[in-house]
Amino acid sequence: MSDTARPAAAPPRRGLLETLQIDTRLLGMIGAFVVLCLAFNLVTDGRFLTPRNVFNLTIQTVSVAIMATGMVFIIVTRHIDLSVGALLATCSAAMAVTQTIALPQMLGLPLGHPAIAPVSIVVGLAVGTLIGAIHGWMVGYLTIPAFIVTLGGLLVWRNVAWYLTSGQTIGPLDPTFQLFGGTNGTLGEFWSWVLAGLAVLAAAWAIFNGRRARQAHGFPVKPLWAEAALTAIIAAAILGFVATLNAYQIPANRLRQMFAARGEAMPEGYAAGFGLPISVLVLIVVAVVMTVIARKTRFGRYVFATGGNPDAAELSGINTRMLTVKVFALMGFLCALSAVVASARLTFHSNDIGTLDELRVIAAAVIGGTALAGGIGTIWGAILGALIMQSLQSGMAMVGVDAPLQNIVVGSVLVAAVLIDIIYRRRTGGR
Amino acid sequence: MATPLVELRNICIAFGGIKAVDDVSVDLYPGEVVGLLGHNGAGKSTLIKCLSGAYRMDSGEIRIDGRPVEINNPRDARALNIECIYQTLALADNLDAAANLFLGRELVTRFGFVDEARMEAETRRIMQRLNPNFRKFAAPVKALSGGQRQSVAIARAVYFNARILIMDEPTAALGPQETRMVAELIQELKRQGLGIFLIDHDIHAVKELCDRAAVMKNGQLVGVVRCADVSEDDLLGMIILGKMPEHLAV
Repeated sequence: MSDTARPAAAPPRRGLLETLQIDTRLLGMIGAFVVLCLAFNLVTDGRFLTPRNVFNLTIQTVSVAIMATGMVFIIVTRHIDLSVGALLATCSAAMAVTQTIALPQMLGLPLGHPAIAPVSIVVGLAVGTLIGAIHGWMVGYLTIPAFIVTLGGLLVWRNVAWYLTSGQTIGPLDPTFQLFGGTNGTLGEFWSWVLAGLAVLAAAWAIFNGRRARQAHGFPVKPLWAEAALTAIIAAAILGFVATLNAYQIPANRLRQMFAARGEAMPEGYAAGFGLPISVLVLIVVAVVMTVIARKTRFGRYVFATGGNPDAAELSGINTRMLTVKVFALMGFLCALSAVVASARLTFHSNDIGTLDELRVIAAAVIGGTALAGGIGTIWGAILGALIMQSLQSGMAMVGVDAPLQNIVVGSVLVAAVLIDIIYRRRTGGR
Repeated sequence: MATPLVELRNICIAFGGIKAVDDVSVDLYPGEVVGLLGHNGAGKSTLIKCLSGAYRMDSGEIRIDGRPVEINNPRDARALNIECIYQTLALADNLDAAANLFLGRELVTRFGFVDEARMEAETRRIMQRLNPNFRKFAAPVKALSGGQRQSVAIARAVYFNARILIMDEPTAALGPQETRMVAELIQELKRQGLGIFLIDHDIHAVKELCDRAAVMKNGQLVGVVRCADVSEDDLLGMIILGKMPEHLAV
């Protein structure tokens, strides 16, 4: 018990980072990401960090990032899901068939009817959740290893998708549905600013509310200036991000079409920015909800406890089998949500949608610090991981790196990132 | 004498063809510590896991306060105020002390979210009582010493008002000072009227801490003796030879 006595002695001088209590891991990842972006920006003569490219980068990341948040829970509970790309394809196929064939022909709703998008999305989410739950049941109750269940699932669902559509590409999809794709559905400058403002207020409230709760119980809190600085940094990041997205101007042709669709003429010299894409908004909502689930609900607690020590969780009265079903069902739900975004971005469903996404998703979660041994992982880490992967890929494409070399680099980065993580954990005594 | 708190009656459990516990009956009274002794594989842990819900017995009966009960899983055991402190410390290494203490029984806010601040406050309060030196409330329990981890495990049992406590080698990984702390704690819990099953290899500790000792060998009960009636050598003889000491044999 010698180690408990030490803090009682004169408190050691604390560094800036310690006072701010910022996760050094998070800082390291953000640092790596910033360096990566600046490097690409330098090599591409400033083409990498243009509003246009930032916009594209974010909408390209959304689909993988949404699934990566679910993969965190899967990996934290010591499982794996190799079927997410195939599941995405089945959900996408189910939704495409619902909106272009089932609803118009069976219920007589024409393409473009306001009920089509919501109904098909609900169908897709139900399909994804159900399939995920079946995976979870096989893993949890039948005790088949998740690796095998989802490896089988990879083959099964990829080809169920094929059967659903008879192997055909289905499109164009419903216009309302396409709003979830990115470029086709953005909030515009005004609402993006409104949302950014709300986000800043929410972040500030969360930080100071947490502080108040700790003070109420008499726990130590960070100095006020540290909380204020943290809030300021978060606010600057949110506002900067939205300002960048707003700065990406909608092309004049497209604006003219938009005005023509409403039967108006475009005023001379009119310009408008895209603003926040709806798909990115979906990702932000997923990120917030998943973070709350992970940290503030019993379910989230149990996910991490089960990953840390499955026997302890079971002995504490946690129904770990049912927990497995729920975790996989959640993964299925998120795959379906990704399917909405991915197919809406393409504006059609194709057979190869989501191919190799399982590897991108797992890589994103792992680069983001999720440990395959279980028990450790964060939602923001997985999203940042997805962003880093996508930046690498599109940055190299922009520089003109050969396609095979791109994959070689991405693969090497994955392995190197995990190595750095292992070394970091060893140095800091494993947190 | 009053009704026993726990009656284990004719418990049998077999794995494959091997009878791990063969027709064993033991009682436990309130405010009593009963030691379970025996070699590795004698069946002590297996017997007690039937009470904690980790295993399901093949036949036999468990009575609590004289009433027969069904214990099919750890949740059933908890509902009967049976708490266990396992040899392998059933703690989730990646979570902090408060999260472990409340694992499976989290305090929640009005909105159904886990109330971290309140759980930490409660944890600080109970640790103040059990182990005043404990300060690492924010660190995952992986970073704690053996004694600190043990005090988290004990705090969990104490906090939820256990009536029946099962301790499986609670001092196996501890230094002398920490062992003394656990011994004092057992005395304190006894005074509060808990019934405690203590599984241990250390005959000396059992003789010191327990009122009675039940000795098992090869899945069968050798006998139950009052610790005051026997010497440490007698107990050792029971464990090795599987026979009651001569002055007690009928």
